[in-house]
Amino acid sequence: MSDFALSCPVPITSTATVQMAHGSGGTIMHRLLDSIFLPAFNNPILAAQHDGATLNVKGTQLAFTTDSFVVRPLFFPGGDIGTLAVNGTVNDLAMCGARPLYLSVGFILEEGLPLETLQRVVESMRRAADTAHVQIVTGDTKVVDQGKGDGLYINTAGIGVIEHNLTVAPRSVRPGDIVILSGDIGRHGMAVMAVREGLEFESQIESDCVPLAAPVLALLDEGVRIHCLRDLTRGGLASALVEIAQAAQVRIHIDEKAVPVNEDVRGACEILGLDPLYVANEGRFVLFIPPYELEQTLLILGDQARQIGVVSEGDDGLVTLKSAIGATRILDMLSGEQLPRIC
Amino acid sequence: MKYIDEYRDAEAVRRFARAIAQITTREWTIMEICGGQTHAIVKYGVDELLPEQIHLMHGPGCPVCVTPIELIDKAIEIAGRPEVIFTSFGDMLRVPGSHSDLLAAKSRGGDVRMVYSPMDALKLAQANPDKQVVFFAVGFETTAPANAMAVYQAAQQHVDNFSILVSHVLVPPAIEAILGSPDNQVQGFLAAGHVCAVVGYEDYYPLAAKYHVPFVVTGFEPLDIMQGVYMTVCQLESGRADVENQYARCVRRWGNRPAQQLVLEMFEVVPRKWRGLGEIPQSGLGLRAAYAAFDAERRFDLQGCTAEESSDCVSGEVLQGKRKPFECPAFGTLCTPEHPLGATMVSSEGACAAYYRYRRAQVAHV
Repeated sequence: MSDFALSCPVPITSTATVQMAHGSGGTIMHRLLDSIFLPAFNNPILAAQHDGATLNVKGTQLAFTTDSFVVRPLFFPGGDIGTLAVNGTVNDLAMCGARPLYLSVGFILEEGLPLETLQRVVESMRRAADTAHVQIVTGDTKVVDQGKGDGLYINTAGIGVIEHNLTVAPRSVRPGDIVILSGDIGRHGMAVMAVREGLEFESQIESDCVPLAAPVLALLDEGVRIHCLRDLTRGGLASALVEIAQAAQVRIHIDEKAVPVNEDVRGACEILGLDPLYVANEGRFVLFIPPYELEQTLLILGDQARQIGVVSEGDDGLVTLKSAIGATRILDMLSGEQLPRIC
Repeated sequence: MKYIDEYRDAEAVRRFARAIAQITTREWTIMEICGGQTHAIVKYGVDELLPEQIHLMHGPGCPVCVTPIELIDKAIEIAGRPEVIFTSFGDMLRVPGSHSDLLAAKSRGGDVRMVYSPMDALKLAQANPDKQVVFFAVGFETTAPANAMAVYQAAQQHVDNFSILVSHVLVPPAIEAILGSPDNQVQGFLAAGHVCAVVGYEDYYPLAAKYHVPFVVTGFEPLDIMQGVYMTVCQLESGRADVENQYARCVRRWGNRPAQQLVLEMFEVVPRKWRGLGEIPQSGLGLRAAYAAFDAERRFDLQGCTAEESSDCVSGEVLQGKRKPFECPAFGTLCTPEHPLGATMVSSEGACAAYYRYRRAQVAHV
């Protein structure tokens, strides 16, 4: 065997059909936004590409956002599709620095869904809305044939009011800013995966699904000069940081050791060959603040929050990570979904 | 986390790095065989801590990378049939065949499912007696016992709607192919710990003697790899070419005998094509005639299909350790994880993907 054939596959440069990766929050999804949605709906508000749109309506600053929920299973430890649907939209508004006020809800129900299931989900939504101090004020219901939906899909949209003069957006991030993470990562993704795949661990992993408006409003009420906020959803901490670094045209440096990951979540990730930095969350956010706000921010957010990194000059939008053994590498966005490795 | 954090301890890793620097007197090129090791090296930055004279080359031990293009084409062909549930480990789904990949087959209506074990696929077959359930049995010696067990149980329990599409490859023939190449640069090997946990490391003694190269069976955590490199450099500096075991907490010299027996019962050694490397004699496993009924290639009559690979990228040279990923002109420009020109860019264990994800900035300065 001395003669190797140097051979390689033909590239697949585009797909003619929608794939699951188009909804993953990774680079393939971003390319879909850039190639189809953004050119078609082209306007400066959309172009800001924040978690929600910031609107000036007759002198009042409003935040407006929407989100759809297609989670399977519908119920999981720490929450269900109803709590996700309320908190997801509440959190997108909070990340605009807004006080969430009103939500709409659209249900797409699959024929055959037990009404008892729907009742449970709706009750969860009511409780979540009460907790987040928002009202669900309008809605819509559609039913599709059996087999055309996973029981129940929910869309929510929301409006909030912005009561300060800060521009909370990636473009406000400056070199020298400090990166704060509000708590441990990876719970939601692993909680859902454990149920979906029938994995059992020593103790049950619960989703981190919570509304984030209260801590954000507490910071704003105390006058903390927040530069940017981003909640961690699909794609995890890594994707959120890359999005901000690229939008703000800065470099972000993260210390892996400073990023808290619960032991059970770490264990589950080790077994499945997943990186917690890319696992989904539903109740955690990063914020970018000037260094002089560090002490007060940590005081308000409590002992779960911690500094995980800093921002530096560099318009290439790279995120770097100092690994557990002290070497430095790039932290990149994934192409599509994080796929477990073979061995 | 117990039994993990100890092997990622920064101070212990640096102690080994200093020890390696102390004993290194000249340049050495060491190849880690396994994609899992490549991934750990680049993810943790292990090589950044090594002295400049130590060069780590990344070997062909990524099962996703070396699965030949025609097998992917066959998988896609099978997955597109209406009567089939096609099951696979997650990272095979994105590997491009000649024109498509399994995720695209799924988006066209194929029932393609990710599973964590071939035993899950077997359960699916039992639960869906009116469907043909096919498992994509790829990998090295590490994954062979579980695949053998799935076929064994399918035969015992007469689960006739279960079959496997086999693309098993073996490590020692690939190492011999690399060592036998006239422009081989590799002077020592970190053997793949998980493979050796199954098959042991007897096979390496004749290779070490014939080619006078040291082998150190090595684990997958940063400290394992550092210690593996240290043991290899010790041998190289003293002119020895022995087989040593760094990963003694998992690996025994004879491996896992019951697992080997099961594999031997279900599979026989056959020639296999390796993506990027071409056909290597006696380098893979195929189902024995007695179990041919569970061979998906036969069941779906795809034995004659072949596919030609184009020669636009240098992944073959990367897989043999002749080139580093960033020495390829297409790296990071024409070839990225979204538009892979080669399999080494597709798998998270592939050397090119690992470099792209973790090293782009340094690469830009090269």
